[in-house]
Amino acid sequence: MSSYAKRLMWPVLILLALIVVNIIATGVDFIIPSVNDDGRLGGAFVNILRRSAPLLLIALGMTLVIATKGIDLSVGAVYAIGAAIACQLIIDAPDQTAAGLVFTAISLALVVTAVIGAWNGVMVAYFGIQPIVATLILMIAGRGIAQLVTGGQIPKVQDSSPFTELGRGAFLTIPIPIWIAALALTALALLTRKTALGMLLESVGGNPEASRLAGIRSKGITVLVYLVCGLCAGLAGLIGAANLGSADANNGGLWIELDAILAVVIGGTALVGGRFFLLGTAIGVAIIGTLEDTIINVGLSSQWQFTAKAVVVFVVALLQSPEFRAWILKPFKRKPETTAPAPVEEAAK
Amino acid sequence: MKRRTFAGIGAGVFLLPLAACGDDSDSGDGGGGDGLVVGFAQVGAESAWRTANSTSVQDAAAADDRIAELKFVDAQQDQEKQIEAVRNFITQQVDVIVLAPVVETGWTDVLQEAADAGIPVVLADRGIEAADEDLYVTRLGSDFVAEGRSAGEWAATTFADDADGTRILELQGTTGSAPANDRKTGFFEVLDAEGLNYEIVDSQSGNFTAEEGKSVMETFITTHGLDGIDLLYAHNDEMGLGAIQAIEEAGFAPGTDIQIIIVDGSKAGFQAGVDGKLNYIVECNPVFGEQLMDVVVQVADGESVEKFTPVEEGVFDATQFEAELPNRQF
Repeated sequence: MSSYAKRLMWPVLILLALIVVNIIATGVDFIIPSVNDDGRLGGAFVNILRRSAPLLLIALGMTLVIATKGIDLSVGAVYAIGAAIACQLIIDAPDQTAAGLVFTAISLALVVTAVIGAWNGVMVAYFGIQPIVATLILMIAGRGIAQLVTGGQIPKVQDSSPFTELGRGAFLTIPIPIWIAALALTALALLTRKTALGMLLESVGGNPEASRLAGIRSKGITVLVYLVCGLCAGLAGLIGAANLGSADANNGGLWIELDAILAVVIGGTALVGGRFFLLGTAIGVAIIGTLEDTIINVGLSSQWQFTAKAVVVFVVALLQSPEFRAWILKPFKRKPETTAPAPVEEAAK
Repeated sequence: MKRRTFAGIGAGVFLLPLAACGDDSDSGDGGGGDGLVVGFAQVGAESAWRTANSTSVQDAAAADDRIAELKFVDAQQDQEKQIEAVRNFITQQVDVIVLAPVVETGWTDVLQEAADAGIPVVLADRGIEAADEDLYVTRLGSDFVAEGRSAGEWAATTFADDADGTRILELQGTTGSAPANDRKTGFFEVLDAEGLNYEIVDSQSGNFTAEEGKSVMETFITTHGLDGIDLLYAHNDEMGLGAIQAIEEAGFAPGTDIQIIIVDGSKAGFQAGVDGKLNYIVECNPVFGEQLMDVVVQVADGESVEKFTPVEEGVFDATQFEAELPNRQF
């Protein structure tokens, strides 16, 4: 088994276990998509994927940032800013259903969030501020900015505006958020695995100074990565706002940065930078999304939500630790060790 | 060195908007004269409800001749800042301190200081723990249990003839918060007292937000279906509005296929009512500025007041939504 598949094995097993628990609790309908009256694909698992799209976008951006040994705490606030800009522009316009207006609103929100992301990157790459500090500033100030944009109110977009399609619509029966998230995953995966960009990222994360001396423009790459992360967060905010038809500056995307970091870690990317696993992140997001439904489906009360999440993350973290696996398997391994010498076993790996 | 200076400037640029936010806070100056000086430590600006509440108090103080000045502090949901604000009020020797506590505990010291300085304290909206009851004069706020009871009474009347039992879904507020606990208690207390034959199909927290209200409702629908469900009780209107979207997207008609009760009564909530998407609204009224000023004046004059003064709140059914919509302030 390649090391890549090995990394993915434990998260995939946990996800399958969660799905099995849900099927036992609610029947096989849980996993089988149904077709709604409006021709849109529905059903429990499709809903989970649709709802997880914003988190996946943010977690993908976060994976790249973490690969450069950074972290972006501001994504939740950037989510709120993106949502606020788009919704406020739309409700201020005389005709909320105009396609041109919606296009302008979406574009402007994405440009602003990309600029914010790039700003984070400049602070990290050019001013040498630690990523956690640089992005903390916007994590705190960002919701204030979103509140200024909305004037402290929650702007509500008419249901008839095409903007809501971004969160509720479907293309070829598949919900649009799933399309966007899948396209983003594919594009980023191709970009980092089929071009040299992925290797450059890992090298910047591994050792920025050595990368620079080797001729890699590490500062430019760092800025680019934070820009992509901001863009992803803005896009996530747009999907979230379109789903609800409103932008809540205080609660929109609240703590999503922590869920995103969690998904990245569950997916096998280490916080120390270097190697990263976009597909692992996607599975991590699916685990978090499924977990929230599982709590309701098995009949646990809301009070259990955080504890149950913590237990699953704890189990995944333990399973991924080679030290823990060695320790737990030790009593079972004694016999083979005496018959087969250790070096042979090492070589077999 | 150079690098740090730049970073400082960068940080400053982004913090400026926040600072500007805070500067608005003393804009609630009163109409002059030799009236009372009142300090108001508000929770923050976390929701449309809260913003309407702040506006109502500031407007009422500005319009009231008995109030010389309202010192308004927005604590941004931080108890530390609120304690600091109350200390400042004590130093400035205001006549009355109005406090909308962020949390229920941890007020003993600072309220004792206010008592020692002879400044009466009035609580607005939320309460504090019972042990500190002697440290404030009165609390003006919503009676959350009564709100739950009002919702329960409507449900008990509406479904009294439902022979096969009323099947109920509940969207609770933030787990452990007073409004969530009390709205639940009051609601089921009345259903039990009225002897309604009901079953709680599911009850989960939607954390008072539209986002979680919608996603929890989607899960309810896929898990339980909507065919046998009679009633949805949402602890606030954000969650209720999110749930309405989920119901519509699943191909059902909210308000018809499933009856819906919400608590709060924002403009958006009433609009949904006018559109026939929900059936009953229990008001949680943030516009109690004038009532608060009356209480403040009474307290400053040393009149005896009840320990708890409920805010005037209404209930609205389908026939009243349209007439009430223009009166909504948030």
